[in-house]
Amino acid sequence: MSMNGMITYGYLIPLLPLIGFLVNGLGRNFLSKKMIGWIGSGVMVMAFLMSLLVFNQVSAVGFKTEVLFLFDFIKTAGLDFPFALQFDQLSALFLLVITGIGSLIHIYSTSYMHEEESPHFARYFAYLNLFLFFMLILVLGSSYVTMFIGWEGVGLSSYLLIGFWFGNSNYNNAAKKAFVMNRIGDLGFLLAIFWMLAQFGTITYAGVFSKASTVPVSVITGITLLMFVGAMGKSAQIPLYTWLPDAMAGPTPVSALIHAATMVTAGIYMIARSNVMYSLAPISQNVVAIVGISTALLAATIALKQNDIKKVLAYSTVSQLGLMFLALGVGAYTAGVFHVMTHAFFKALLFLGAGSVIHAMHHEQDIYKMGGLKKKLPVTHFTFLIGCLAIAGIPPFAGFFSKDEILTAALGKNIVYYILGVVTSLMTAFYMFRMYFLTFHGNFRGTEDQYNHVHESPAAMTWPLIILALLSVLGGWIGIPAVFIEDAHLLSDFFSPLYTLSHSASQLHLSHSTELLLMGVLLLLIVIAIFTASRMFAKADITEEHSSSFGKMLANKWYIDELYEMIIVQPVNYISSFFARIIDVKIIDGMVNGVGKLIHFSARQMRLIQSGQVGSYVLIMVVSIILFFIFQMFWKI
Amino acid sequence: MPINYYIFLSVCLFCIGIIGVLTRRNAIVIFMCIELMLNAVNLLLVAFSRMHHAAAQSLDAASMAGAEAQIFVFFIMVVAAAEVTVGLAIIVMLYRNIHSVDINFLNRLKH
Repeated sequence: MSMNGMITYGYLIPLLPLIGFLVNGLGRNFLSKKMIGWIGSGVMVMAFLMSLLVFNQVSAVGFKTEVLFLFDFIKTAGLDFPFALQFDQLSALFLLVITGIGSLIHIYSTSYMHEEESPHFARYFAYLNLFLFFMLILVLGSSYVTMFIGWEGVGLSSYLLIGFWFGNSNYNNAAKKAFVMNRIGDLGFLLAIFWMLAQFGTITYAGVFSKASTVPVSVITGITLLMFVGAMGKSAQIPLYTWLPDAMAGPTPVSALIHAATMVTAGIYMIARSNVMYSLAPISQNVVAIVGISTALLAATIALKQNDIKKVLAYSTVSQLGLMFLALGVGAYTAGVFHVMTHAFFKALLFLGAGSVIHAMHHEQDIYKMGGLKKKLPVTHFTFLIGCLAIAGIPPFAGFFSKDEILTAALGKNIVYYILGVVTSLMTAFYMFRMYFLTFHGNFRGTEDQYNHVHESPAAMTWPLIILALLSVLGGWIGIPAVFIEDAHLLSDFFSPLYTLSHSASQLHLSHSTELLLMGVLLLLIVIAIFTASRMFAKADITEEHSSSFGKMLANKWYIDELYEMIIVQPVNYISSFFARIIDVKIIDGMVNGVGKLIHFSARQMRLIQSGQVGSYVLIMVVSIILFFIFQMFWKI
Repeated sequence: MPINYYIFLSVCLFCIGIIGVLTRRNAIVIFMCIELMLNAVNLLLVAFSRMHHAAAQSLDAASMAGAEAQIFVFFIMVVAAAEVTVGLAIIVMLYRNIHSVDINFLNRLKH
C-alpha cells in the first residue's frame, strides 16, 4: 500500500503524548510547574495539529483506508499480530475529537490544578498524557489486539486519575470500583478476541470484516455480544454503569476528558468500527438498542434528583451514552458517532464549566449551596447555558442535530424506542436546567464569606470554555438533516466508505412534513420541560425539596449500588472469608506445614540409624545386599 | 569333578566370611574374613572358567574360550594384595591412635 503525505508520520500522534508522559513523569521532581504545563499541553497541541493535517488528507475525495505498519507485536507460526495504525474516516474523526478536546483540557488543567505541588502537578499531567497515548492507540489500532492494548491502557490511566488524590480513601475506592467494573467488561472483549482468532485466524479489521459473512450468524452473534460486554464496562451501560458516577472523585478536567468526552465513548467506537459484524447479527443489535435505551432512561431518572453538580453531569453522561448505543443498535452508526462528537463538545464544556464553578466555590459541589452565580461568573454562566441548551436539544445547537438523528433512526426501527428516547430527552432538558437554575439563578445559599470569594476563573480556564461553547453551537452543522437542506449531511457523506461491507439498515423515509411535525412537537415539549424547571428552581428562595418516597428512591439511585452490594459484594466477601479462614488456613497451610512436619519427623527417626557402630553398618549392608538378591530373584526385570 | 562342589565350597567360604565380618570385633579378623569372601568369589570364577573352557575344547581342541578368567583372577589377587597393604596400614595407624583394634571403639563416624 502506498504511503504518502502526513499519514507516513501518523505514528507521531500517539508518540507525542507518550513523550510528554515520560518527560513529565520522570522529571517530576526537577521541572517547574510552568514547564510541566507547557510540555503537557504542548505535546497535545502538536498532536492536534498533526491530527488536523491527517484529517485533511483523509477527507480528500477518493481516500482509501491506509494502514501504517510499525512492528510485529506477536509473530509465531500460527499467530501474526502486527502493530499497525489504521487511518480512515472513523479514526480520523476520533483523532480530532480526542486531541482537540484533550488539548483544551490540558490548557484548562494548567490553571485548575495550580494549587497542587509541583511533583503532583507533573504526575497529573503525566497521567493525562498517558491516557491520551492509550486512547489514541485505541482508536488508531488496525486490529482488535491493538485496540485492546489501548483499551486496557485507558482503564489503567482512568484508575490512576480517579485516585489522583490518593489521600482520600473514598477516592481510592471509587478508582478501584472503576477498575474492577472495567475489568469485567474487558473479559468479554478478550473472549471476543479469542473467539475471532479461532474463527477467522486473524484479528486485523480488514481480515475479520472480509471473512465475517462466511461464518454462521450464531457465531457472529456470540462474538458481537461478548464485544458488547466490553463496551458495557467501558461505556458505562447497564449493568456495569455504577462506576462512572463514582469516577467523579477525580479532578474535574479528568471527568470532562475521560469520563465524558473520550474514554467512555470507546465502546461506541468499537461497535461503530465493527459495524460489519453487528449488521450481520440482528439479535446483538437488538440487545445493544435495548440496553442502550434502558440505560438512557434509568440514568436520566437518577439525574433528576442528584444534588452534586458533577453527579448530575455523570448520570447525564451515562444517559447520553445510552442514546448513542440506541443509535448503534438500530443501525444508525453515523448518528451514534455524530452524537459522540457533539456530546464530547457540550459535555466537556459542561464539565469544565462545572469545574470553573467548583473552583470558584472552593470545592463546593452541592448545587443547593450555590445559586445566583450568574453575575459573579459571567463567562462560565454564558458558556454553561450554551452547554445546557445544546444537551437539551434546542436548535441550532449541536445536540439538537445528533439527538434528532438518533430519534428518527429509532422511530424507523421501533416506535417504543422513539417514545422512550423522547422521554429521556425531556428528562435531560429538565434536570440540566434544574441544575442550571439552581447554580446560577436565585439567591446565593452559601455563607457570606464564600460569596465574597467567588471569582471568575482565569483566562486559561475561560478560553477553553469559550472554544467549546463555539463548538457546541457550530458542531452540529456538519450533520444537517435533509429536511432542512438537501444533501447537507457532511458527516454521513464522509462516513459512507466505512459501511461498504455492512448491509446498511433500511432507513425510514418519513415525509418532510411528518418529520418537521415530530421535531416541532419534541421541541415544544422540551421548551415546556425547561420552563417547568425554571418555575420550580429559578426562585429567589429555595430550600432542598422535601422528597416523596419515590424521590428518595431516585436520589438514592434506585438503590442499585446497595443491590450490587447485597447480591455481589457481600457474597464475594463471605466466600472470601470462608476461603481465608477454612480453605487457606486448614487445607493449604495444613498441606504445606504437613509436608514440613513429615520431613522433620522422618528425619528424626532416620538419624537413629547413624549410630557410628561399624558393625551395624556392615549388618545393614549385608541385609540390604541379601534383600537386593531376593528382589532380583523374584522380580525379573 | 562336577561344578556343584566348587559352588558349595565357595558359598561356604563366603558365608564364613560374612559371619566373621558380622560377629567379630577385632578389625584384623574382620579384614581376614573380607579376604576370605573375596577368595571365595575368586575360586568360583576359576571353577566357572574351567567349566567353560572344557566345554569349548570338547568342540574345538584349539579353542581358548573361557580361559581369560584364569588371568582375571591373577589381576584380582594383585589388586587384593594392594588393598591389603592399605587396609593393614589403616589398622596399624588405628592401633597407634587408640591402642586397640576393636571396632566398637570406632564410632567416631557418627560425629
